[in-house]
Amino acid sequence: MTWWLVAGLAAGCYVFKIGGVLTAGSLRLSPSGESFLTYLTPAVLSGLIIVQVFDGGATLTVSALTAGAVTGGIAAWLRAPLPAVLLIASATTAVIRLL
Amino acid sequence: MNDHLKAFWFRQHRRDGFLLGLAVGTFGVTFGVLSVSAGVSAFQAVTMSLLMFTGASQFAAVGVVSAGGDPLSALGTALLLAARNGAYALSMSRVMPSRRIRRVVAAQLIIDESTAMAEAQMNLEDAREAFWVTGVSVFFFWNFGTLAGVLLGEIVGDPMVWGLDAAFPAGFLALLVPHLKQRNKCKAALIGALVALVTIPFLPTGLPVLLAAFGAVVMTRVDARK
Repeated sequence: MTWWLVAGLAAGCYVFKIGGVLTAGSLRLSPSGESFLTYLTPAVLSGLIIVQVFDGGATLTVSALTAGAVTGGIAAWLRAPLPAVLLIASATTAVIRLL
Repeated sequence: MNDHLKAFWFRQHRRDGFLLGLAVGTFGVTFGVLSVSAGVSAFQAVTMSLLMFTGASQFAAVGVVSAGGDPLSALGTALLLAARNGAYALSMSRVMPSRRIRRVVAAQLIIDESTAMAEAQMNLEDAREAFWVTGVSVFFFWNFGTLAGVLLGEIVGDPMVWGLDAAFPAGFLALLVPHLKQRNKCKAALIGALVALVTIPFLPTGLPVLLAAFGAVVMTRVDARK
């Protein structure tokens, strides 16, 4: 990761926060603006999961990583705490690679 | 326990805010370990936690870079996930301090947890206090956790052997699950996943994630039609 990216990320994330605080008096989100923001997080997160699961490569592949994501996903679905979810996912993938 | 501590602990929103921060600290440890395993330097990971201070975006940026995405799509994905903080900031402006210098600091503490805790309070005074206690607590433990994580990550060694690459999608799933309880958010997630799935073979890494935002566009239009 380059430092330019780190700087861009830091600046961008802060701009949303301070921007909202400074414009709160004059800016009011329209109902559709508000619902867009509530839908944005689940939509982007699920896109991220898909890209991660399929290795982010140009082809759709199923691998040890996919298996780990599935077992971790089941744990997440059952409301296991985050460290447990990550441990289960990593362990599954590591064990399959060993085989 | 001394009297000051007892008086602090007596109020539920303070206690909850503190404990919430402690829980988020475990996320911080994970972020540190995964960042180092994905090839981000320890110094960069610590800087990200201090200056970005918004978990999903940090994980996303590291995730996209580790999957081979270019910096611009890493930035785009992270900012899409950070946009909701702007909406939080609009509603949190009522609990912001009046002094400008303090507002600049307080703004950095606007995240999921501090907003949710402040929104849950009955009066403005409690909301303000809940915001600060939660924000400061999460900030402290998140950064302390990240630091511990990067040190731990240096010891871990080859991330592939430990299957740490599977921790990214699993972690995003854990962040996604609470959203799925709401029907329309679930639909937005499904459409986003579908768009990413269909476009992966044709587009460079990173772009399919950005296009997943289309799920939010569709569901916003569905809402507007009612």
